[in-house]
Amino acid sequence: MIISQLPALQVILPLVAAPLCVIFHHRELAWLLTLLVSLISFCFSCMLLNQVLVGDAITYAMGGWVAPWGIEYYIDKLAAYMLLIINGIAFLVLLGAREIVESEIASDRIYLFYTAFLLNLTGLLGVITTGDAFNLFVFIEIASLSSYAMISLGRDKRSLYAAFKYLIFGTVGASFILISVGLLYAVTGTLNIADLSQQLTNAENTSTITTAFVFFIVGIGIKAAIFPLHLWLPDAYTYSPSIVSTFLAGTTTKVFIYVLIRFIYSLYGYEFSFFAESFHYLLMFTASGAIFFGSYLAIKQDSLKRILAYSSIAQIGYMVLGIALITELGLMASLVHIFNHAFIKVGLFLAVTAIIYFYDTDSLKKLMGIAKQTPFIFALFIISGLSLIGAPLTSGFISKWYLIKASIEADYWIFVSIIVISSVMTIIYIGRIIETTYFKPADKQTATFDVDKRRPYLLFLSLVVISFINIYFGVETSLNVDMASQIANELISK
Amino acid sequence: MDILGSFNYWVVIILMMIGFYIIIANNNLVKKIIGINIFQTSIFIMFISMGKVMDGTAPILNNLNTLYSSPLPHVLILTAIVVGISTTALALAIIIRIHAAFGTIEDDEIQQEIK
Repeated sequence: MIISQLPALQVILPLVAAPLCVIFHHRELAWLLTLLVSLISFCFSCMLLNQVLVGDAITYAMGGWVAPWGIEYYIDKLAAYMLLIINGIAFLVLLGAREIVESEIASDRIYLFYTAFLLNLTGLLGVITTGDAFNLFVFIEIASLSSYAMISLGRDKRSLYAAFKYLIFGTVGASFILISVGLLYAVTGTLNIADLSQQLTNAENTSTITTAFVFFIVGIGIKAAIFPLHLWLPDAYTYSPSIVSTFLAGTTTKVFIYVLIRFIYSLYGYEFSFFAESFHYLLMFTASGAIFFGSYLAIKQDSLKRILAYSSIAQIGYMVLGIALITELGLMASLVHIFNHAFIKVGLFLAVTAIIYFYDTDSLKKLMGIAKQTPFIFALFIISGLSLIGAPLTSGFISKWYLIKASIEADYWIFVSIIVISSVMTIIYIGRIIETTYFKPADKQTATFDVDKRRPYLLFLSLVVISFINIYFGVETSLNVDMASQIANELISK
Repeated sequence: MDILGSFNYWVVIILMMIGFYIIIANNNLVKKIIGINIFQTSIFIMFISMGKVMDGTAPILNNLNTLYSSPLPHVLILTAIVVGISTTALALAIIIRIHAAFGTIEDDEIQQEIK
């Protein structure tokens, strides 16, 4: 009975829990409830994945209204894979969140923070599960609005301005997506993604469809922070509460890359999207730009969170690069990197969160030589850092391996050199952090370790789990790589 | 070119560009929000114009009419209006807190203070 309702439960569970947090009006209860919901949701996504792996894709008619008239929830392997990533990260981030949130957010607002968090989770899961183009827009806005609210909760007053900037960018992006959906509806008279793709193959290739495509690409480019539309991202990640930056860095941009893949392959279809010769060159250009620009700016920053934010822009470039190669292997590399990077970035951000918790600063100038005081956090930081660089035996190596393999296979040797050069740049900025914190002597500016603070043991636990994931998927890749290659095969052959 | 025939769409494009220009060029945060509202309204008009069928009436089943306008865009736009209002409300709330924290809602003055 409950099995057949799983697709709807993915969205409804956090949506119902969000107002409950407001009703309870209690910060510990709100945290427990949110943690519980994310755990149940994670179990559900595992069950869904199990179901999809053995059988066909699941379709679920919302309220019994059959598609294409009603809203359909559609879960294929790709959606189940993304659900697993998002739910897994939500759980791991929440596990360590309690002490951090209490120290960073005013205590009378904590329950509201968890409400916004649950709404954000609702939006992200909804974007993945829905099979309806307009419903997709609504979920994008649910996710975005709650993330603006979460960012504005930061202690630094600059977080308000960052949230406002993100709001302006995000709303323009979402409006572009809405225009695109409207134009598609004008051509086909349907909003169901599966139906749309069928109607589009029959429709003449008019300029309306092309216009819709262009509006969509620009809109999703803003939302996913694809270079050069990334301007909102560094401030939003830097000034928001650490837990929020951790969660956003692990999920939001990946979900929008998912939407990009979904629209290119499931809606417009592979032939249409890449028929215009220039489109994948455009993606290649933005991807290379993102990789260079993001890595270069990451080297120049002083704030740890800002370094990681610019590094995120570079890593989004890798994901786009995989898509731009228009090969099965490229798409697979991109999907593997979505999985690996999500856990790498969350690991790095959680370690930085712990540093901010104990030292109350994330400025490198004030953190000289502190690694000896907190060797445990820094050891885990280095594991995720090595994974970001792409050292062998870590998950980052696997993604880069497949990206390089895909570039060689598609005869784009230039990307091999771009990936290698940017790996060197990654060594520079991660190495700079390690050098400053391990080898530079402490001086007057150095922040002091706050001994009185309660030890966030659950945060350490989730850090350990994430570091383990980073190593595990560098050695044993059957889960994510096999899944990704099956998904890529399905999407290309359709 | 039948300019008058696509009058609605010309209005849409003009409103959209006005809204977009305000978002980019205006220095005042509240006015930026007004720009976003104009921008979104133009999209609403586009959706509603698409739903109109020449000589069609409201979609109420009776014996007199056989030609109906599509009601779906109206429903979609009701949802989109709700989304737009939530965005505006949240933006105004953030602006109030920006004013409390920075003492101004002018973009350039805030940027100067941040530096």
